[in-house]
Amino acid sequence: MSTEKTFRLDGRDIPFIEGDTVMDAALRAGEYIPHLCHNPEFPPHGSCRVCVVDVNGRHQCSCTLPADENMDVDNSSEAITDVRRSLLQMLFVEGNHTCPGCEKSGACQLQAVAYNTRMLNPHFTHFFPKRSIDASHPEIVFYYNRCILCGLCERVSRDIDKKSVFAITGRGINSKLEFNSLSGKLGDTELSADDKAASVCPVGAILPKYKGFEVPIGERLYDTKPISVVGDVAANHSAEDSVLGNADEYSSDE
Amino acid sequence: MNNPDNFTSELLVNKGHSPGQLLQLLCEIQTHYSHIPPHAIELLSGHLNIPPVQIRTVIDFYAFLHRDARGDFDILFSDNITDRMLGNLSLLNSLCKKLGVEPGVPRADGRVTVGLTSCTGICDQGPALLINGMVVSRLDKDRIHKMVGLIEAGIPIDHWPKAFFLVDDNIQRRDKLLSHGIISGSAIDAMVVKGSDALLKCLDGSGLRGRGGAGFKTATKWRMCRDAEADEHYVVCNADEGEPGTFKDRVLLYSFADCVFEGMTVCAGIIGAKKGFLYLRGEYLYLREALEKTLQARRDAGHLGKNILGKQGFDFDIEIHMGAGAYICGEESALIESLEGKRGIPRNRPPFPVTSGYRNQPTVVNNVETFVAAARIAVFGADWFRSAGTEESTGTKLLSVSGDCARPGIYEYPYGVTIRQVLEDCGAIDTQAVQISGAAGATIPVQEFYRKIAFEDIPTGGSFMIFNQDRDLLDMVQNFSHFFCHESCGFCTPCRVGGTLMQDLVDKVMVGHATSYDLQEMRNIGQIMQKSAHCGLGATAPNPVLDTLEKFPGIYSSRLVNRSFEPAFDLDASLEVSRHITGRDDEGAHIRHEK
Ligand SMILES: Cc1cc2nc3c(=O)[nH]c(=O)nc-3n(C[C@H](O)[C@H](O)[C@H](O)COP(=O)(O)O)c2cc1C
Ligand code: SF4
Ligand code: SF4
Ligand code: FES
Repeated sequence: MSTEKTFRLDGRDIPFIEGDTVMDAALRAGEYIPHLCHNPEFPPHGSCRVCVVDVNGRHQCSCTLPADENMDVDNSSEAITDVRRSLLQMLFVEGNHTCPGCEKSGACQLQAVAYNTRMLNPHFTHFFPKRSIDASHPEIVFYYNRCILCGLCERVSRDIDKKSVFAITGRGINSKLEFNSLSGKLGDTELSADDKAASVCPVGAILPKYKGFEVPIGERLYDTKPISVVGDVAANHSAEDSVLGNADEYSSDE
Repeated sequence: MNNPDNFTSELLVNKGHSPGQLLQLLCEIQTHYSHIPPHAIELLSGHLNIPPVQIRTVIDFYAFLHRDARGDFDILFSDNITDRMLGNLSLLNSLCKKLGVEPGVPRADGRVTVGLTSCTGICDQGPALLINGMVVSRLDKDRIHKMVGLIEAGIPIDHWPKAFFLVDDNIQRRDKLLSHGIISGSAIDAMVVKGSDALLKCLDGSGLRGRGGAGFKTATKWRMCRDAEADEHYVVCNADEGEPGTFKDRVLLYSFADCVFEGMTVCAGIIGAKKGFLYLRGEYLYLREALEKTLQARRDAGHLGKNILGKQGFDFDIEIHMGAGAYICGEESALIESLEGKRGIPRNRPPFPVTSGYRNQPTVVNNVETFVAAARIAVFGADWFRSAGTEESTGTKLLSVSGDCARPGIYEYPYGVTIRQVLEDCGAIDTQAVQISGAAGATIPVQEFYRKIAFEDIPTGGSFMIFNQDRDLLDMVQNFSHFFCHESCGFCTPCRVGGTLMQDLVDKVMVGHATSYDLQEMRNIGQIMQKSAHCGLGATAPNPVLDTLEKFPGIYSSRLVNRSFEPAFDLDASLEVSRHITGRDDEGAHIRHEK
């Protein structure tokens, strides 16, 4: 296939087709680029910045960057990992992420990407914001503490479920998620547990009620294999599963 | 409903039901009710077919829109560093005291609210404030005293002394642009006579580059937009002028508005646009009426509307859209989102506005000054323009000079003028530093006053703030880092969180708790922001910190604690809650700093 277009990523030729982003082409070729706000099922967003790569000496956001033949992409150097780790640390200190007490622990993408960048501590000063829980919905509970503002639930509820249940409001550090009901409560929205939006959250902010630790710690999605192998938690989720799914059920090529 | 919302209903009748009008409708409702009441949200949601939550997120994004009632008199003190230097905070405190009101909280009787807002662009005539959206300039004790009387007497601001609201042009130096007027219609006439191709060539030959900051070649932008095939093309004039310390667009919009619209019409003729927008920052609401009149006069003269200058098919009109207190809406893609009635979150690029802008159609966005220059070039030609400036930076630049000098105001210079020259002309003495190009710009120390204002040396959108030797530059750094935190749209991690971490560290230096470790931390965070932010705001927000760390290390080192580490929180202060609960305030309930 001599006509195939390619770009370089960590020394490897990555084929791409017109309209691909660097992220699209890399994932298809089996190269993992860390990402949180991106879910390959939906259009790219570009807000978490964790997918930052170095392209010909410039830092770029790979999930929104159109692929091009002249690109030489660094996805794995220490310098790039440093930037990603700092961004993750920022996300950790912005909210309240007490992993040991979180139902999503072990199947949380934030946690898994943090492992991927070898993040060992939050480094920055914790904000310890005062945030609440919304348990007004009969089937779903919402933890503001854990929301990383990736906007996936907002986009999916609007574009796929056609309900616009979630929306990010405010500005700057006061940004937060808000629900589409007059009372402002999740329970008064049209959200149902089998909405797509209910299962796209990469962290433990949107969780089903009445399910607790069905998959034991140690056997969860990212407990046995790293995220670079098993991929996104949302992709490992199906309606019958517990959100926490088991990695062994999903084959990988490596 | 016990509160029939006739105002909103009528507004909907008058303005139509396009979702794109949302922000414009909200601005009017805010002015009428001093907030956006729930019944208005319900009505808008039904008529515009927008979910209520989306309307609430738009309200929460813009600083001038509120879900909770503000006072009948809603007062916002401009809080740029230049306002600070002129004593805005003590005036604010004295006003609050006299009125018996807490900053940010409506008075119990609902009469008044007093708060702070980002730079209002009245830096040469400050300190300034906004009252119900209107500018009051040149504040002093006397003016504050009179305001208290007027507010307590409940006199509507229409009946306040006109002198309160005077804002002068204050033009101190004129060059090519400001001294060579053109007759209304002459630029579009030149285009009709020469043809749009020839005119674009002329613009290209002039070397004109955008005056909003980035300096992209104007002719190239217009050509790219013209060549992008689409149903519609749009022209947008960026009159958001949010860069702290910049006020030259305000003057152009006040005294050269016709020329601004002329430039937009020339652009429309070249790119084939039927519709244009002037995106006017909320702070400049007081200019709107006159601008509408100018537009009407142009329509009456056949310079706007159908078959302009009698040329078949040359149809173009301009609509004014208001901003509502969001600096980020000066960024062109955020501006376009805002024009569409949404939150001002910058878009992913590519595609760029020239191919996919307003309603995803090819759109030219240019600064106010760029359009004025383009109109002049159409009449006087490329050589006239090129005869001033440098090879890479042709023509002249309007500078907004403020801070410590005898004659603040507007100065027009050929590009290539040295900083020293400007300082001399405006009567600045004993200068310590100049902040050029706003909060995200460069802090220039005395050793570099030989440098030039030009794209190839020190580029600028026009802000020129002067600090004399008595000033503490850390006050400036702190003011700017708070500004960026307040104005971050919150979309991306490095700006939303990194910017806040940066602000907290600057505050830590300010109160004398920082160590050299913290300075290194500021450098690191600054680099992360520069490298990974989604837009120019976050990428340039750390500039004042990084610049001063390098060029004015003394302002930091003099305040450092001589220890390798100091906790980010104040141990004693963090015990306050416990003291409150236990009702204790004795020595044992405190942790005192050993000093
Ligand atoms: C955060 C931010 C704020 C901006 N604010 C303004 C502004 O107030 N006015 C302006 O003309 N350009 C502003 N710009 C630049 C615009 O994005 C755009 O480049 C400019 O309007 C293009 O016009 P020009 O080519 O005539 O300069 C801003 C850019 C950023 C990143
Ligand atoms: S709730 Fe989850 S999906 Fe929604 S914005 Fe927050 S982190 Fe993203
Ligand atoms: S850098 Fe990011 S958070 Fe900051 S204003 Fe731009 S998009 Fe918004
Ligand atoms: S994954 Fe690319 S910015 Fe979030």
